[in-house]
Amino acid sequence: MGAIFRRELKAYFTSPIAYIFIAVFYLYTAVYFININAYYGTTDMSTVFSSAFTIMMITLPLLTMRLFTEEKRQRTDQCLLTAPVNLFSIVMGKFFAAVCVFLCAMAVYVFYVTALVALAGSVAWATVIGTFIALLLMGSAFIAIGIFVSAMTESQVVAAILSFIIIMAFYLIDMLAGMVPVEWLKNIMAALGFYTRYYEFTTGILNVPSLVFFISVIFIFNFLTVRVLEKRRWS
Amino acid sequence: MIEVRNLTKQYGAKKAVDDLSFTVNDGEILGFLGPNGAGKSTTMNMLTGYISSTSGNALINGIDILDDPIEAKKSIGYLPEMPPLYLDMTVKDYLNFIYDLKKCKLPRKAHLEDVCSLVKINDVYERIIRNLSKGYKQRVGLAQALVGNPPILILDEPTVGLDPKQIIEIRTLIKKLGKKHTVILSSHILSEIQAVCDRIIIINGGKIAADDTTENLTKNISADHRLIARIDGPREEILKTIKNIPGVLSVIADMEREPGIYDYEIESREDADIRRELFKRIVDRRWVMLGLRSTEMTLEDIFLKITMGDNVVIQTKQSEEEITEKFEQNASGTPETEIPEAEKPEEKVPEEQIPEAVNTDEKAAEEKTSEADKSGKKRSKGAKK
Repeated sequence: MGAIFRRELKAYFTSPIAYIFIAVFYLYTAVYFININAYYGTTDMSTVFSSAFTIMMITLPLLTMRLFTEEKRQRTDQCLLTAPVNLFSIVMGKFFAAVCVFLCAMAVYVFYVTALVALAGSVAWATVIGTFIALLLMGSAFIAIGIFVSAMTESQVVAAILSFIIIMAFYLIDMLAGMVPVEWLKNIMAALGFYTRYYEFTTGILNVPSLVFFISVIFIFNFLTVRVLEKRRWS
Repeated sequence: MIEVRNLTKQYGAKKAVDDLSFTVNDGEILGFLGPNGAGKSTTMNMLTGYISSTSGNALINGIDILDDPIEAKKSIGYLPEMPPLYLDMTVKDYLNFIYDLKKCKLPRKAHLEDVCSLVKINDVYERIIRNLSKGYKQRVGLAQALVGNPPILILDEPTVGLDPKQIIEIRTLIKKLGKKHTVILSSHILSEIQAVCDRIIIINGGKIAADDTTENLTKNISADHRLIARIDGPREEILKTIKNIPGVLSVIADMEREPGIYDYEIESREDADIRRELFKRIVDRRWVMLGLRSTEMTLEDIFLKITMGDNVVIQTKQSEEEITEKFEQNASGTPETEIPEAEKPEEKVPEEQIPEAVNTDEKAAEEKTSEADKSGKKRSKGAKK
């Protein structure tokens, strides 16, 4: 796992992709930070946090699209799959490498918080830390979805678009839930939605079921990725 | 040691590898010979655990690759058909990555240096793989297989894309490696296998067509014992005369080169040199020999020959009338088809062999023959125009 993690991380930072991803994330959040916190002089960071959902939805698929598609295209998967490592550690190596790049992007919040503390004296720490954790977990869930899709196709573009669609479905599903007349279906749809769960965190509620939900999504999609790789060997 | 038992891989209705069984002993260099699509790479992919088998087992040092893949893979170094290189890495980073991936215990720096000097890539060690030439990429691929010093090396067409000098170097290297490692090497180039391997397995259509030591096979397959004689004279009598020469296994004449003049394809036992006797007998009967040359067997011929090895023997026991009958049928089957000499080697598939090839369930042979038929027909059409 370590070898794959290090290789992927290095590959991210020797290509422009990680830098572009981080730069876009910084820029996008900076606009909100300046517009809300700096302009109105508030320490309430919930808007800065909640706005990140959109940019994550668009950029994280770009981060994960090449993880398995390139391996297949360059046939380097032959090297990984014939090495004495199990599939799970291959997937986890890639997953954590992407999460690591995402963490670098998230690090910008530390700067914002520090700036607010320096200027205003204090922030709502519970909300800030809770939201940070939630954002990290949700981003990781997006990454797990992206990796799963990239294991299924050989085209980076297809992988990016497909993972974007899946993430968007998770985003829209709780909005659609309100329109569904069937009670049980409505409940399931609402439970699967990402945004409502995420929004709770940005308002300062640390909802344990939601934490478990995001961790489950991460686990399930990584597990599915392993199954997809396994299946390709058997077909 | 590698043990393969009844290994089968099925893709839908197509059996890419069909019931393959063989054993490779320690320190043996085994050559896998076969045309493209014969199932060489599929077999190798199954041996290395890249794909699974539909049925059957592959045991690496006694460990089944599907039961305990991690333990089995530890003792394999694999160079796939396309070297699995990360193009954006330097050779150094790549080999270090492979070293970590294989969880090597050997001293890192010294071991990687050894591997690099073995395949001679020291001078490109710091360069990015993308910018390397094909030959160097192939060598980096080989280096990758050698990292960790695995006792078993599986090399899928290791000399593809190399220049002649590099090919010789790699062959020498493989021979050297074969002293300490068990090596399986695949190729569709006969001479390459011949030069390197102790034992050859010829596979065709997913099945083993031959499994023998290089010495025996080379004796059988590459000995120069096929002659083509162009003789002016009565065809059937000439056939009988040639047939009576001691050492002749078979003779066919289905190509009329000039009116009344046929090319006689003569196959003799490898230990018999029939040229003098042939000449004498032709002259004695006052016929005229217009040409005599030997043909080199192509890989295709070897496959055909090996897949119908038993039938050749049976054929010689057949009565002369039967044979003559066959020749007549052949002659009537392809009447007066003028084929330019340059294209002849492709046409060499003798028609009388078709039913036998089919009998041995040799699909590839069948396809080849029908292809040859088609092209023959096309050519005859062209000739008529």
